[in-house]
Amino acid sequence: MSMNTQGRPTGIGTAAPAVTSGSSLLPNEPLLFEIGDREHSGVDLPDVEIDGSFLGGFERQSEIDLAGLTEPETLRHYVRLSRLNYSIDSGMYPLGSCTMKHNPRLNEKMARLPGFADIHPLQPVSTVQGALALMEELAHWLMTLTNTAAVSLTPKAGAHGEMCGMMAIRAAQQAAGQGHRTVVLVPESAHGTNPATAASLGYSVRSIPARDDGTVDVEAVKAALSPDVAAIMLTNPNTCGLFEPEIIEIAAAVHEAGAFFYCDGANFNAIMGVVRPGDLGIDAMHINLHKTFSTPHGGGGPGAGPVVLSEALAPFAPVPFVRKSQGSLALVEHAEARHLGRITAFNGQMGMYVRALTYMLSHGGDGLAQAAKDAVLNANYIKARLEHVFSVPFPGQPCMHEALFDDSFLEGSGVSTLDFAKALIDEGFHPMTMYFPLVVHGAMLVEPTESESKQTLDRFCDVMLELAADAKAGNSPRFTSAPTKAPRRRLDETRAARSPVLTWERPDELPQAAE
Amino acid sequence: MRYLPHSEHERADMLAVIGARTAADLFARVPRSALLTESVNLPPHSPEFLVEAHMKALAARNHAAGDGPLFIGAGAYRHHVPASVDHLIQRSEWLTAYTPYQPEVSQGTLQMLFEFQTQVAHLTGMEVANASMYDGSTATAEAVLMARRLTRRNRIVLSGGLHPHYRDVVRTYLGDGPDLICLPASPEGQGDILNRIDAETAAIVVQTPDFYGHLRDLRAAADAAHAAGALLIVVVTEIVSLGLIEAPGALGADIAVAEGQSIGNALNFGGPYVGLMATRKEFVRQMPGRLCGETVDADGNRGFVLTLSTREQHIRREKATSNICTNSGLCALAFSIHMSLLGEAGFKKLARLNHHNAVKLARMLGTVPGVELLNNSFFNEMTIRLPVPAAPVVELLARADVLAGLPVSRLEPDNPACANLIVLAATELTTDADMEMLAECLNAALSEEVQ
Repeated sequence: MSMNTQGRPTGIGTAAPAVTSGSSLLPNEPLLFEIGDREHSGVDLPDVEIDGSFLGGFERQSEIDLAGLTEPETLRHYVRLSRLNYSIDSGMYPLGSCTMKHNPRLNEKMARLPGFADIHPLQPVSTVQGALALMEELAHWLMTLTNTAAVSLTPKAGAHGEMCGMMAIRAAQQAAGQGHRTVVLVPESAHGTNPATAASLGYSVRSIPARDDGTVDVEAVKAALSPDVAAIMLTNPNTCGLFEPEIIEIAAAVHEAGAFFYCDGANFNAIMGVVRPGDLGIDAMHINLHKTFSTPHGGGGPGAGPVVLSEALAPFAPVPFVRKSQGSLALVEHAEARHLGRITAFNGQMGMYVRALTYMLSHGGDGLAQAAKDAVLNANYIKARLEHVFSVPFPGQPCMHEALFDDSFLEGSGVSTLDFAKALIDEGFHPMTMYFPLVVHGAMLVEPTESESKQTLDRFCDVMLELAADAKAGNSPRFTSAPTKAPRRRLDETRAARSPVLTWERPDELPQAAE
Repeated sequence: MRYLPHSEHERADMLAVIGARTAADLFARVPRSALLTESVNLPPHSPEFLVEAHMKALAARNHAAGDGPLFIGAGAYRHHVPASVDHLIQRSEWLTAYTPYQPEVSQGTLQMLFEFQTQVAHLTGMEVANASMYDGSTATAEAVLMARRLTRRNRIVLSGGLHPHYRDVVRTYLGDGPDLICLPASPEGQGDILNRIDAETAAIVVQTPDFYGHLRDLRAAADAAHAAGALLIVVVTEIVSLGLIEAPGALGADIAVAEGQSIGNALNFGGPYVGLMATRKEFVRQMPGRLCGETVDADGNRGFVLTLSTREQHIRREKATSNICTNSGLCALAFSIHMSLLGEAGFKKLARLNHHNAVKLARMLGTVPGVELLNNSFFNEMTIRLPVPAAPVVELLARADVLAGLPVSRLEPDNPACANLIVLAATELTTDADMEMLAECLNAALSEEVQ
């Protein structure tokens, strides 16, 4: 390499590999335990002498082994780690069934008001009337949007809401001398949480096949109904992104057989303000506030899964709940008569209630309906732009909020759905949901939500079409080796599962390799 | 609408590409009778400043815990959270990411979860921990179900020192019956569980410090459980206690569950919080919830993935160990950041400071005539007995802006033995002035009651 007069290199030489082995802006970040130690701390606390011994002889003798960092080191560690994540704020996140919509920052600001964030769950009820009023208001919005008689706010997430709703159904049937009903009908396309919830409550699961058009046949439901059926758990719009056209007839058949209709409300975003599930005949439905009402997903929670209940199930709601009494609001904390007991300590996800209500008030009834319509418009736009190249398993009908494709367009290309999705990462998009629903081979489920602009959707579609063309042209290495531009290449999941390493171990604790 | 990007013009263009005449055409498969013909009866959209005003008005109707002395604990504790914690968790990359199912673009969340699992394992003295549960109470219910799977036995015995809410959650999950034994409340810290273990017992559940503040002998509980082939589940509702008192794992616990709210998370009227769960390596395949594991990528670089997912609902469906899906990712992050800031040295100091203030509180309460302290041992929480029913006294003090602790009757309304009891906690935020004010107000209230 040539040097200038100051001895500095003037050309582009062959770089020595970076010590960090990451790129300069995205260095590999060591583990907390590799940079912190037992002495450093990012908080200043006084040393105190304790007057007397009240620990009953149970003082900690074993070491804790926590790693500490000062504040500047902490900032660096977590900022660097954060940059290895994709997020909605950095780009489109078209995960079908997950509703990755914009998270308004007003919601965050409101949730941090001391009057909400800094109240203890067991303060005297007279000191938290504003919190109870907020819960009442949120309940009013949820009941109005669904046209239902009651709502239990407390479930901590969607799956917890399913459990709550199914427990209410079980309690109602036991109270009516119908405890012999032990079977729950679940369509093949259902979320995994549905059969898992039913089974965890001791029900056996009877699967309902899907029709060729991706929806549930009322005749198939009728054929599966029997005196031992407790309920059907049906997602609407379903996980293929389709509205169940016979849902009213299905509800009628289920009720006629003495069973209840549990609706999985994970996809409520498609119909809020446009269709009220109560008008369809549902008895219980959870609403994922972290999907439909924009509370942040936070890398896997916290969520919130309030359950709306029909008149028949309302008496079986769990405690606690808010009740109006003589000008003030009361918190009913103990089961009376037929109520379920508690499904969680305290009052549910208050922090999420605040965010969801803020989102609702911002949109209003009109804005929520518009958001649903835009979500559906966006999904249909993607479908329209892609369907001449991508294979649509259930053609000839509009989709709702998500567009479903199968992998037949990739046949013979040597590229799988997984490869295709990973190639999307190299183009700057988060992959769509893959291999779900299970009823479609090599499924790709794309949910843009209402938050994406036409410009973004066009760019996404252009990339999808270009990738499809390249796959068909035989350029499979681009896909099978993808991603190459992400912070990591494909990870060895088999190795992770075969000999699990679930915690950091001090190097000197690792077993010595055999000589 | 400030959150919706399309203009009317763009909507029309998109409909044209789709080949639909109107937006309503896209809802053609919806039964006509179910489509709303007019908009729902809810207020219209609103500008940011009006929404803010509405929410602030609601918030103003609450007495924030920081507005005056607070002595309520009972499973949720007001601790100081360093400013950098809340700043970091509001970064878009943490706040607005999904569950890390695509590990190549989620290494931030995954590495954080691996570090979190390590912190939880070290705190509890257990070998492995999961990536969080909803909260301590649901983690307890899940631990009980896990113990049933592990032992193939059904009977569960809950100590009378277990938080009544936790007991109630387990009752709801399991249903009442001969296989669930809930021992009566034990506010005096009476030993109650060792002679209730038999050959059908899957697990006993012991909380320490217990709901009434007493430290429980876990070693004796573990030995008794193990002798009968049962498991010991230990519940910790105040995680800060582990900076000063012995780890459940070191005393023989098989599953440790805890509420992690104290570290990094605000009171939030009860949620969102973060449930911690840790166990022995040999039990990991029966554990519920997500687990993050170390591996390598195609270039041989260290990386992290969600692993052992054949336990989980999205793979195993009705054969899953639990139906849990979304858990408490962001609260786990807040916990992990705060714990990194504390480190070993800071965490131990924090625990000592809490205990120090509790000792002062106990002494202060001892100066109030008529107040009887029930604890010989405690960490940062204790129970007192008044000569009169506790609830009206607590209500009276609340009117003077002193949140004087939890009248136990609120959680145990049918137990006359609990009517006069208050559970009180002190943390590093409790000041001498707070304690003096409590003692003064309590004294005044009790003298009034006596007159």
